[in-house]
Amino acid sequence: MADVEDVNKPLFAGLSDVSIAEDIPVEGDIAVPVRSQSGDDEISTLDEPVKDTILRDLKAVGQKFVHVLYPKKSSALLRDWDLWGPLLLCVTLALMLQGGSADSKDDGGPQFAEVFVIVWFGSIIITLNSKLLGGTISFFQSLCVLGYCILPLTVAMLVCRLVLLGSMGVGGFIIRLVVVTASFGWSTFASTAFLADSQPPNRKALVVYPVFLFYFVISWMILTFSPSH
Amino acid sequence: MANTDFHLQFQDFGDDADLMAGSTGTTRITIDDHTTKPQKQRRVAGVAEEDETDPLESDDTDKLLSGQKKNAPFWTFEYYQTFFDVDTSQVKDRIIGSVVPWPGKNFVRFYIRNNPDLYGPFWICATLVFAVAVSGNICSFLVNYGQPQYKYVPEFRKVTIAATAIFSYAWFVPLAVWGFLMWRNSKISQTVSYSFLEIVCVYGYSLSIYIPAVVLWIIPSEPLRWCSIILALCLSGSVLILTFWPAIRDDHPRVVIAVTSTIAVLHVLLAVGCKAYFFSTYETTENASGPASVTKGFLTTKAH
Repeated sequence: MADVEDVNKPLFAGLSDVSIAEDIPVEGDIAVPVRSQSGDDEISTLDEPVKDTILRDLKAVGQKFVHVLYPKKSSALLRDWDLWGPLLLCVTLALMLQGGSADSKDDGGPQFAEVFVIVWFGSIIITLNSKLLGGTISFFQSLCVLGYCILPLTVAMLVCRLVLLGSMGVGGFIIRLVVVTASFGWSTFASTAFLADSQPPNRKALVVYPVFLFYFVISWMILTFSPSH
Repeated sequence: MANTDFHLQFQDFGDDADLMAGSTGTTRITIDDHTTKPQKQRRVAGVAEEDETDPLESDDTDKLLSGQKKNAPFWTFEYYQTFFDVDTSQVKDRIIGSVVPWPGKNFVRFYIRNNPDLYGPFWICATLVFAVAVSGNICSFLVNYGQPQYKYVPEFRKVTIAATAIFSYAWFVPLAVWGFLMWRNSKISQTVSYSFLEIVCVYGYSLSIYIPAVVLWIIPSEPLRWCSIILALCLSGSVLILTFWPAIRDDHPRVVIAVTSTIAVLHVLLAVGCKAYFFSTYETTENASGPASVTKGFLTTKAH
C-alpha cells in the first residue's frame, strides 16, 4: 500500500498545488469530427450509378490479375481478398472445356459440374491441408490465391482452343503441350510466391506438393481436351 | 562416487530435455525412470537409431507418451492438427522406410514412433488415383495411336472409379485388420498392439511404391509391367508383413498363416486389379487388328 502511494505521489503531486486565479478561457469544438471519407463512401455508394460499383469491383479483380501475371511477393492479393475473380475464372474454364467429344459415349471430357467441383473442392482441400499443417493464412485468403492463380491456365485453355481450330496433328499437340506446361509452371510458381510465407519453414514442401498436384490435374484436363467435329 | 556419476548422467539428460521442451513445446512427463528419457530423445530428435529397443519397454513408454498427445476435444480444429504434425524430412523418411523392408526396423516402431499422420496416407492415395487415371489414359492413347478410327477420349469417369477403389482399400482394409487384431488381443494377450491410425499410416505409405510403378506401366511392354508389379508387390508386401508379424506371431499358427496370406492377397488384388482395369492392352471395342488380338487381350486380362 505504501508502495502504491509512493508511486502515485510523484504523478499527482503537483496537481494538488495548482490553483488557478482566474478563469482561463477554453475553446474547442465539442462536435465529433465526421470522418469525411467514410461518410462520402456511405452516401455515395448508395447514390452512385450501378456501373460505378461494378467497375470498381472489376478494377479490383483486374488489379489482382496483374499481380498474378507478374508475381512478386506482394500482400495485395492476401489483404483484400475476393472470390469474384476465382468464380469468373472457374466458370470460363468450365465453359471452355465443354463442347468437346460430347457424343453418346459416357467416357467423355469432364462435365461443367465436374470442373467446378474439382476446382473448388480441390482448393478447399488444399486450404485445409495447409491450415492443418500449421499455416497462418486464413481460409478465404488461401481460396482467393489458389483461384486467381488459375489465370495462366485459363489463358492456356484459350490458346489451346485457338490452336485446335487450326491444326489437329502432332504439331498442334506439341504447341499445346508447351503452352500448357509453361502455364502450369507459372501457376504453381505464382501461388507458391503468395502462399510460401505463411507456412512453417520445415513443412514448405508438404504444402507446395498438393498445389502442384492440383494444377497438374487441371493442366491434364486442358491438355486432353479434344473438340468434337 | 557412484551417486555423483549418476547425477552427472542425469544432468546430461536434463539439458537435452530442456532442449526438447524448447524446440517442440510438448508437455514434459516427469518420469523418474531414466531409461525412458532416451526414448523421448530419439523420438523428438528424429535421429536414426541403430539398435531396436525391446518392444515391451517401448510399448509401455509409447502408451504413456500417447496419452499426452491428443488433449484437445474432437470437435476443435487443434485435435485434427495433431494428425498433421510431421515435417518434410519425416514424411520423406517414412516413404523410404515403407519400400525398404528391414527386418530390424519395424515400420511402426521406428518411423511412426507414436506420431501417426494423416498427411501421408491421404496425399499418397490422391497421387496414386491421379497417376493411375493419367497413365491409363496415356497408355490407351499410345496403343491406339496409329489407328484411324480411334477417337481419343479423356475417360474422366475412370478417375472416380480409381478414387473409390484406392481410398476404400486404404481405409477399410486397415479397419478390418485393426478390428481383427483387437479381437485376437482380447483372446490372446499380445505384447504389441497397433492403434487404428498407425495401421492406416502403414497401409497408406505402403502404397507409395505403386506411384513410380504406375508411371512405368505407360511403356506398353508386358514383361516390363509384370516385372515392375512383382517388384513393387514384393517390396511393399514384405514391409506390411514385417510390420504385422510381431502383432500376430504369438497366435495360433493357422490364424497366423490366414492373416498373413489375407494381407498379401489383398495387396496383390489391388495392384493386379488396377493393372487389368486401367491398362488392358487391347481395347475390346473397334479394333482394326482383328479378332486374334481381341482374344489375346481377353487372355491377358484374365491371366491373373
